[in-house]
Amino acid sequence: MKRIQSASELEAYRQECMASRDPQRTVITICAGTGCQAHGCSNVVAAMQQELDKQGLDQVEVKATGCHGFCERGPLVVIHPQGVFYNKVKVEDVPDIIARTVKEGEVIESLLYALPATKEQISLEKDVPFYKLQERIIFGSNGLIDPTSIDDYLAIGGYQALSKALTGMTTDAVLDEVKISGLRGRGGGGFPTGRKWESTRDVDSGVKYVICNADEGDPGAYMDRSLLEGNPHSVIEGMLLGAYAVGATEGYVYVRHEYPLAVANLTMALEAAREMGFLGQNILGSGFNFDIKISRGGGAFVCGESSALIASIEGQVGEPRAKHIHMAESGLWGKPTVLNNVETWANVPVIIDKGAELFRSIGTEGSPGTKIFSLVGKVNNTGLVEVPMGISLREIIFDIGGGIPGGRSFKAVQTGGPSGGCIPEEHLDLQVDFDELDKVGSMMGSGGMIVMDDRTCMVDVAKYFLNFLKGESCGKCTTCREGILRMYEILDKITRGEGELSDLDMLEKLASVVQEASMCGLGKTAPNPVLSTLRYFRDEYLAHINDKKCPAGVCKDLIHFEIDPDACTGCHKCARVCPVDAAHGKKKEPHEIDQEKCIKCGMCYDACKFDAVKII
Amino acid sequence: METKVKDIIAKYGVDPAQIIAMLQDLQSAKRYLPEEDLRELAAILGIPLAHIYRIATFFKAFSLEPKGEHIINVCVGTACHVRGASRILDELERQLGVASGGTTSDQKFSLETVNCLGACALGPVVVVDQEYHGDMTPGQVDKLMENYR
Repeated sequence: MKRIQSASELEAYRQECMASRDPQRTVITICAGTGCQAHGCSNVVAAMQQELDKQGLDQVEVKATGCHGFCERGPLVVIHPQGVFYNKVKVEDVPDIIARTVKEGEVIESLLYALPATKEQISLEKDVPFYKLQERIIFGSNGLIDPTSIDDYLAIGGYQALSKALTGMTTDAVLDEVKISGLRGRGGGGFPTGRKWESTRDVDSGVKYVICNADEGDPGAYMDRSLLEGNPHSVIEGMLLGAYAVGATEGYVYVRHEYPLAVANLTMALEAAREMGFLGQNILGSGFNFDIKISRGGGAFVCGESSALIASIEGQVGEPRAKHIHMAESGLWGKPTVLNNVETWANVPVIIDKGAELFRSIGTEGSPGTKIFSLVGKVNNTGLVEVPMGISLREIIFDIGGGIPGGRSFKAVQTGGPSGGCIPEEHLDLQVDFDELDKVGSMMGSGGMIVMDDRTCMVDVAKYFLNFLKGESCGKCTTCREGILRMYEILDKITRGEGELSDLDMLEKLASVVQEASMCGLGKTAPNPVLSTLRYFRDEYLAHINDKKCPAGVCKDLIHFEIDPDACTGCHKCARVCPVDAAHGKKKEPHEIDQEKCIKCGMCYDACKFDAVKII
Repeated sequence: METKVKDIIAKYGVDPAQIIAMLQDLQSAKRYLPEEDLRELAAILGIPLAHIYRIATFFKAFSLEPKGEHIINVCVGTACHVRGASRILDELERQLGVASGGTTSDQKFSLETVNCLGACALGPVVVVDQEYHGDMTPGQVDKLMENYR
């Protein structure tokens, strides 16, 4: 690999990269993000390569790319240049794909994605509704490039923004462009990125840092991981631009330790960028010096909070500190520091390359650009979706997400992770951006969007989040350490059927104290899931307290299983699966459940093909 | 070739700021943090043993107890939770006879939970020794465990 020393050398090398990638050549891209790896895509990649070798088709390329986003249907295979889209591909499908599609240009119907409602088959990736309704300006490159190849990134215009900034823009011009773009922090806070940078730029200091927060701790959100895994150079390029704008010479990426693939791909990308001279001394001959180190997190949710994250990089326990000292003046090792989330950094090259005006033309006035959401839970098309801000929740969940599985009814969508809130059906037409979500008592957060149906108990969900947060509270503030624990205990009591009406007042009182008196965002927002469920789903709390019933049939202490003798065919399946021999009966006669023995595991309910097992 | 404290020091230098990375290497090499190694680290780095213990007990990545031969990790992220992850965990606890976070007395299995693996499409997910098992139901737990018993 050669070292590139000027913008013109970069352009010449880019042309070489593009020339060696004939757009008419057949390229088979296979999604190899963590989700598809769990579906077994690695074997598909290997089989595809083997089959091509066997058939002597060395002009066809196989590319294992980062996450395409449609995780529900993985492993995903796309055949370019046509863009034929195959889903749920297995190793045994590989010979057919090569023989029929690659060689003959024929489409294999059994591998196509079919619309759930009409069963209509879609052959091209761009026509699949899941993709069609998105605007993938940040995430779209994931499916086109091999994350371990810097040449792939250069061929799609990578490092063009860097070269434009270093050779034709002053540091102030770069900063102004980001300010004009109106980009707001994608980690969830929504603070204007340009303003954050400006404060750091204005401090006079020989050493400054930029940090990328990849400690994506929100359960149910994984867009940052997929960006780092699938397109690490876009994050590196964003950090380079930020460092240039504020005058930083060193950067850190703080990655969650549960993300080994992200660490591996980022490490490779950093090495390649260093070899080519995009990191290090005198980058592109401009005199600008900058390098990036990786810091692996130790597995603490609170380390997503900026001051706790910095403590952790310094080798201290990840406890937040008071915010009267601004990071912009005194951050890492006491030096001015800019800290942004992965997705925020990935937006920067797009803004510099395409211009702030184009960026502003997407999204809403107050929240320009796009946002990547992870659409998960009780939804047909689980995956990552990048949509313009201002799109409605209904469009995301029903048009892109394909609605609720099993024909069940929508109950709520939880946004913003453990700090967010549950939004009921009446607000489905809400236009999603930072401000609108705040208005209904939720928040953008990092972009997790958990869909819940009528079989989800809202009291249980509130308890779930508090259980998570009580384990993750660092313990520095009494209100957070003790307050969350007490709130959890009250919710636990309610789900056991021992709740009283006065508990709800106590929950609200505790919530306001925890919000007011905790220092960092974890404690300040911890009561949100409780408050929003109390606000919109109070009837469920009342059912647990007054009637000692769980309407969704989730809370174990308030339910029991019974067999409807009219529906039971006596097929004996429930008795076969029951781990404690509670379900019993003679063949072909209605069965029964021995309530003394039953441990309420629900296996009989899952196994019954006749809906004879009822949750009462 | 067993990773020793001195190999870790050789990699990171005598830099107390790198303590978390050092502990991570030690954890992945030995699957837990042995006391004698922590004492050695404290002596070399010139920092109090209490500081190392504070870090080792604060971050979830670290364990002070030896782990079982097979590590069973149940994802209890929000998406898996609403799809019934707690039922899977209950069944695993019942079959192994240990609570979440524990190790069976024969040192064969450690049962753990993780707050999200980001494989939400496969939820509920159970990972045994890095191998993913998606769309789990309590009824499949027995069959899954048979592969490892």
